[in-house]
Amino acid sequence: MENDTYSVEQVKAKISQTFPADVVLDDGRTETRRLYMAADRSVLFNLCKFLKDELGFDHCSLVSGVDWCDKFQSVYHITSYSSNITLEIVVDLPHDEPEVDSVTPLWQGANWHERETFDMFGIVFKGHPNLKRLLLPEDYKFFPMRKDCAEGGQ
Amino acid sequence: MAEMWINMGPQHPMTHGLWNMRIKVDGETIVDSEPVIGYLHRGWERMVEDRNYPQIIPMADRLCYGSSFTWSHVYCMTVEKLMGIEVPERAKYIRAMSDELQRIGNHLMWLAAIGTDLGNLTMFLYATRDRELFLDMFQSLCGARMTYNFCRIGGVRNDSPPNWVRDLERTLDYFEKRLVEYDMLVDQSKLFRMRMEGLGYMSAKDAINVGLTGPVLRASGVKYDIRHNDPYEIYDELDWHMCTHDACDTWARYRVRMMEMKESVNIVREILKKMPKSGPIRVKPPRNAPAGTAMARMEDPRGESLMYLVGDGGSKPYRLSVRSPLFVILSASPKLINGYKIADVPSILGMLDVCMGETDR
Amino acid sequence: MDLSLQPHAIAMSAQEFMTWSKGVVRELTKATGVKKAVDTVAGPFFNYGVRNSIYPLHFGIACCALEMAACSGPRFDNERLGMVFRSSPRQCDVLLVNGWISKKLRPSLRRLYEEMPDPKWVVAMGECAISGGPWYDSYNVVQGLDTFIPVDVYIPGCPPRPEAMIDGFMKLQLKMKNSRVGLFMED
Repeated sequence: MENDTYSVEQVKAKISQTFPADVVLDDGRTETRRLYMAADRSVLFNLCKFLKDELGFDHCSLVSGVDWCDKFQSVYHITSYSSNITLEIVVDLPHDEPEVDSVTPLWQGANWHERETFDMFGIVFKGHPNLKRLLLPEDYKFFPMRKDCAEGGQ
Repeated sequence: MAEMWINMGPQHPMTHGLWNMRIKVDGETIVDSEPVIGYLHRGWERMVEDRNYPQIIPMADRLCYGSSFTWSHVYCMTVEKLMGIEVPERAKYIRAMSDELQRIGNHLMWLAAIGTDLGNLTMFLYATRDRELFLDMFQSLCGARMTYNFCRIGGVRNDSPPNWVRDLERTLDYFEKRLVEYDMLVDQSKLFRMRMEGLGYMSAKDAINVGLTGPVLRASGVKYDIRHNDPYEIYDELDWHMCTHDACDTWARYRVRMMEMKESVNIVREILKKMPKSGPIRVKPPRNAPAGTAMARMEDPRGESLMYLVGDGGSKPYRLSVRSPLFVILSASPKLINGYKIADVPSILGMLDVCMGETDR
Repeated sequence: MDLSLQPHAIAMSAQEFMTWSKGVVRELTKATGVKKAVDTVAGPFFNYGVRNSIYPLHFGIACCALEMAACSGPRFDNERLGMVFRSSPRQCDVLLVNGWISKKLRPSLRRLYEEMPDPKWVVAMGECAISGGPWYDSYNVVQGLDTFIPVDVYIPGCPPRPEAMIDGFMKLQLKMKNSRVGLFMED
């Protein structure tokens, strides 16, 4: 399957066919080779597995987090080397329980990005092989990128 | 034999920048390894949330000091996408040309570093000498040697000074001759090749999965270059070929970078030919960016750099997250060095062109 | 041994004897002027040697490390001033800190400083090492090297050019010349 190339419309159609309810495609933004969508966190792992196995999205560019004060978002940028499409998946997470499935079993490249997001935001990635602090010293008690964290940390 | 952990770093001649490569050795063989990073973490992503959009450009320059122009370039592209600005044609050409000059300068810095790593001090002296020429070109273009602060939201800061193009062509002519000398110095040196060939093997499938990008990925035989496959600025109008190698080892990574330098010279020549002779180089950006998200990616000298920007309608970014190529490549470094001898570590890791400023952010 | 047979003997342990004899030698050389003479003759030579063979630690942290590398390249060539970068702190006498110091790095840097043998000097190169520089308000950056290590020479710039770095090291040579380095006899 990896050598098959798809256009953005084909990818859109396949995703909306397979995940009719839980994935919302953003049709307002029409850039070339880009695709934007929001997904529910319960289907994230299955969506990524579908993207990787069926549509040939073989490269995880970036996993990052956003703190919206009332909720967290984890944002995934995933690239297909064969179809030249980069898509963006936004997953909303509740602020009091920021947990989401890890995509590291699918793409090893997401390993440190998830660790860094945990380090900065405290978002827990379930199923991650080695989820501990990466950039900051181990004894830090705060998550610096959260908006309620005062500048200067301690 | 007893196994033991040894630390290579934070202060170690092998590390270009500061990280700690913890290595478990059984005799001379590496059985396990773990990179410890964060020694240069300064909270870049948090600090930019307290700066205006133009104030972030010099900070983006300092993300990676070896290739500072490309980082401010990707930042400006991201903000332009969020603000919906179309950059003038001439500015696009100047940007692409600076990208390529920066690529040459960065690869020369890498060549100097890998030369000393492998015990070839002549390589260091040659590469540093020629890097100074490209720094001179940048200096007369924008006034600084390393952190240029040249890219602007909506264009570039200034046009090239008079006679700059003539000097650049002269530099390129000279540099092409020097590249032949490098090849003679290294490619035909048996010692140098013995320290590179067959080390750090990674197949194309693994390389894609662990997220290698840039020259390291192309050295595994994957034909993917963002300039070619996801073109930005004016790269789709240029005629150039992608440099790949099939050997998947350290030697291939070395060759790909050397070929890229040669190709960059050709790209700069072509840009000089196709560049519009006059025209605006900058549009004035609005002070505030609209609420929304934007993403831009480009081909850094080290790999894929990507910025994801969330704006909230104000003059400061709500969130700016950075994908640094070395951050991911370094996470895959245990797979590259496990199973090889401890003396191969500088060769394998030096060939990744490690820059910790962008890795730790 | 029956000490009563030698009424003028003093009972001393080996350690006491060493302390006593060292004191005698010290007093004797000081009183006869030997110390001063040796220092007057040999001191300038030692000082000349120390200040013209500066061995900074090869410790690249951030942006200024590239200027440090350019400085040891052919165009600026700091070896003509006797500066050779060594990789082991045991062989160095100047700690050149060129970059921001994160809180994770601070203990390692202090340890490197402690590992260097005396006499030693510290040069803070670039804004980050002087005061935190562009990252002054970060949660993870120490605001200046001099908060935990005594600094001799500051080289401002972001990053300083190689000429500025050479100038800073010549200032350091001046400081070494005016200091009492090389006087090894007099206390």
